[in-house]
Amino acid sequence: MDGDCGEVRSQKTEVSNQKSEGKSQRSEGGVSDFRLLTSIAIILFFVVFYFYPMAAIIGRGVSPAMLDTLADADTWRIVGFTCWQAALSTLLTLAVGLPGAYLVARYTFRGQSLLRALTAVPFVMPTLVVAAGFNALIGKRGWINLLLASLRLPTPALTHSLAAILLAHIFYNTTIVIRLVGDYWSHLDPRLAQAARTLGANRLRAFAAVTLPLLSPALLAAALLVFIFDFTSFGVVLVLGGPRFATLEVEIYRQTFAFFDLPAAAALSLLQLACTFALTLIYTRLSARLSAPANLRSTEFTQKPLHTLRRKLAAAIIVAGLFALLLSPLAALGARSVTRLEAERGQRGEIQRGLTLDYYRALFDNERGEAFFVSPIAALGNSIRYALITVMLSLLLGIPTAWALATPSPVGAVSTAEGRGGGLLESLILLPLGTSAITLGLGFLLAFNRAPLNLRASPLLIPLAHTLIAFPFVVRTLLPTWRSIRPQWRRAAATLGASPAKVWRRIDLPIIGRAAIVAAAFAFAISLGEFGATALLTRPELPTAAVAIYSFIGKPGALNFGRALAMSVLLMIATASSILLIEKLRIKGVAEF
Amino acid sequence: MLTVHHLTKTFGAVLALSEVSFAVKTGEVMTVIGPSGCGKSTLLSIIAGLDTPDSGDVHWNDQSLAGAPTHERGFGLMFQDYALFPHMSAGDNVAFGLSGNDKHRTASEILERVGLAGFEKRDVQTLSGGEQQRVALARALAPRPRLLMLDEPLGALDRALREQLTGELRALLREFGQTAIYVTHDQQEAFGIADTVMVMNGGRVEQTGNPESVYRCPANEWVRRFLGPGRLIEGRVERGADGEIGISTTIGTWPLPPHEWSAPIGGEIILLLRAEGVRKK
Repeated sequence: MDGDCGEVRSQKTEVSNQKSEGKSQRSEGGVSDFRLLTSIAIILFFVVFYFYPMAAIIGRGVSPAMLDTLADADTWRIVGFTCWQAALSTLLTLAVGLPGAYLVARYTFRGQSLLRALTAVPFVMPTLVVAAGFNALIGKRGWINLLLASLRLPTPALTHSLAAILLAHIFYNTTIVIRLVGDYWSHLDPRLAQAARTLGANRLRAFAAVTLPLLSPALLAAALLVFIFDFTSFGVVLVLGGPRFATLEVEIYRQTFAFFDLPAAAALSLLQLACTFALTLIYTRLSARLSAPANLRSTEFTQKPLHTLRRKLAAAIIVAGLFALLLSPLAALGARSVTRLEAERGQRGEIQRGLTLDYYRALFDNERGEAFFVSPIAALGNSIRYALITVMLSLLLGIPTAWALATPSPVGAVSTAEGRGGGLLESLILLPLGTSAITLGLGFLLAFNRAPLNLRASPLLIPLAHTLIAFPFVVRTLLPTWRSIRPQWRRAAATLGASPAKVWRRIDLPIIGRAAIVAAAFAFAISLGEFGATALLTRPELPTAAVAIYSFIGKPGALNFGRALAMSVLLMIATASSILLIEKLRIKGVAEF
Repeated sequence: MLTVHHLTKTFGAVLALSEVSFAVKTGEVMTVIGPSGCGKSTLLSIIAGLDTPDSGDVHWNDQSLAGAPTHERGFGLMFQDYALFPHMSAGDNVAFGLSGNDKHRTASEILERVGLAGFEKRDVQTLSGGEQQRVALARALAPRPRLLMLDEPLGALDRALREQLTGELRALLREFGQTAIYVTHDQQEAFGIADTVMVMNGGRVEQTGNPESVYRCPANEWVRRFLGPGRLIEGRVERGADGEIGISTTIGTWPLPPHEWSAPIGGEIILLLRAEGVRKK
């Protein structure tokens, strides 16, 4: 049977067709040319501001003296202590964090969002602020010692001890365990453990044989990340550990500043680089595995309210414990910064005990004989200026990087050079993550202190170092968001009559804009609190707030201690505001680390 | 009127479209049906100007659209997965293609027309599949495109909802007098909604015609198989004793199909017998 298919035939219009083809190829070519140029510019930045400083470290570190450093028993004692304190901190952090992770993974309860907001607090809290907080809590002039003294009990010096270091590390990293493990756990199917129970396993065995193995990728990744942070911890160890304790990071700083032994510092930096790169590589492998968990379940399915009184009580204890851990040093800091308890040196007459704003007023003084040529409050101004420059630089570098990585290249237009460029860009994100702040600072110190690129006097030197440190966070904030923009949305907008400019304005910009603000807040907070690289690069006439805190906290006298605390409170407020902004704008489901 | 002339498109070694030509009259709804990967979506992309053909041309009222960018064509496209903008409310999604001061009022009216009165402020990510489908339809209809293309608009929904919405969609397209191309792999949808049906396979047009003729008289073996199970019976066109022309087969004589066609008396013919066509007397 023959159907009655009618066909419309018409003359082929080849001329206009060829025209359209030519146009489309030109525009695709333009995009890929631009991408190539962008990639080259970013890579060039890294050549000058990352590889050149690292080469300077290698140039200074690789020498006959390096063998002496590596053969020195002291070196290996320091490496040993670095690993030991990091391992101990990691174990303790896991022990403190896991109950919290379980709670947020499996239950819904009032105050959950408050707890989540709270766990964001330590994430970018400056190390010096935390160190000052613990000083105000457990230090020689801290609340606990004051309490013990008023009860006429012995006052043990809890700072300048391993315990203080461990405590600060737990404060910092419990959040990571709760978020990383908790998020992963919240998507594990609870029926698997329930199935084990129906097969006769008791609670413990069901956990050990089913839940724990399923959880292990998240546990390993969290543990490794915490280990990396503890391994490269600098400010906390320097201030809370005191002269008796040295991690690799602290030792590099001391070799540079106390002994001016740059070859030894460089040799230690190479050792540090090897360690951190190995750890970062393993972490990246592990976290790639995390992104595809088996039996992914929505939290609607895995979470339930706290039913029994016993569970409610247990949850209350866990939450209260976490609040105490995360808030007590900061609260102690705030309270101590407005409390006068002892006489000033040279102060005559009766000691006025009670509330005071003297420490804040003293921030505006510029006494003679101070370490600085400027008033302490000016240091905060410097910090904010540096942070703003860092925000600009890191967005200037991060937005094109995220764009080049996120925008898919047109089909068939991938040249080999471009493919290689993309791979190179991806790995560039890892470099600053695998480089400790002190190593980076030392590299800058060695590379930019002399011709051909003498930036020693440039106000850009510190922001450039901060930009490299913030870069991975900026790109990792922007990239998932940019990748989440589906090409369908742009195409749908075009079919609704939106010109390319309108598509960019109404689709790309509102979505990226939010992420860019989050990235900017990240960069701002990171720069504001950065102490490692800054400690090596700072100049006396342009101190940052963190440097000022460090210098005051190490000096005798109640006024200096008070100034350190007051300065810490100001820095804490500045950082906390940017964290709040991040939390408010964070887009659900976007990776954090 | 949309006319499409000899569109050909290849992706690497894959032939997505081969010499595809057809026309859609103003006010007419044409469905394009075929298995997945037959080139339906590529066809829509090219008509919308989101993709360029290797050769061939798309005309609107005998004017070539080659080189015209998507946003200047005035063709709407409703995407298979809706492609709703996640950062905008339902109302803002619908108002996106509109302009002027009363665009939000217009958007509300259209939302009401698709059965979503009061949905203006809703976050599109919290809507059900059926609601998202309606928002997407409202958004595509709102600018009153001269041609609306719908790419498997009901594909993501379950069977029952799909059957209900097929009827609603047809009524809505008629009501708007909307010229439309409707792509689907579902026969029931295709035949239920169309003025014209075009069957595609492997980038080629297998058959074009009104739904009745395509269903009852598949142009070839492939179309017959695609449109569903049935038995083929050989027969011959004969003038019966009563003077009526019929088809004589081994299982009796059958009347001619109701639409005009030509087969000489005495000609060999193949009859397609479908289960739903058989009735007990």
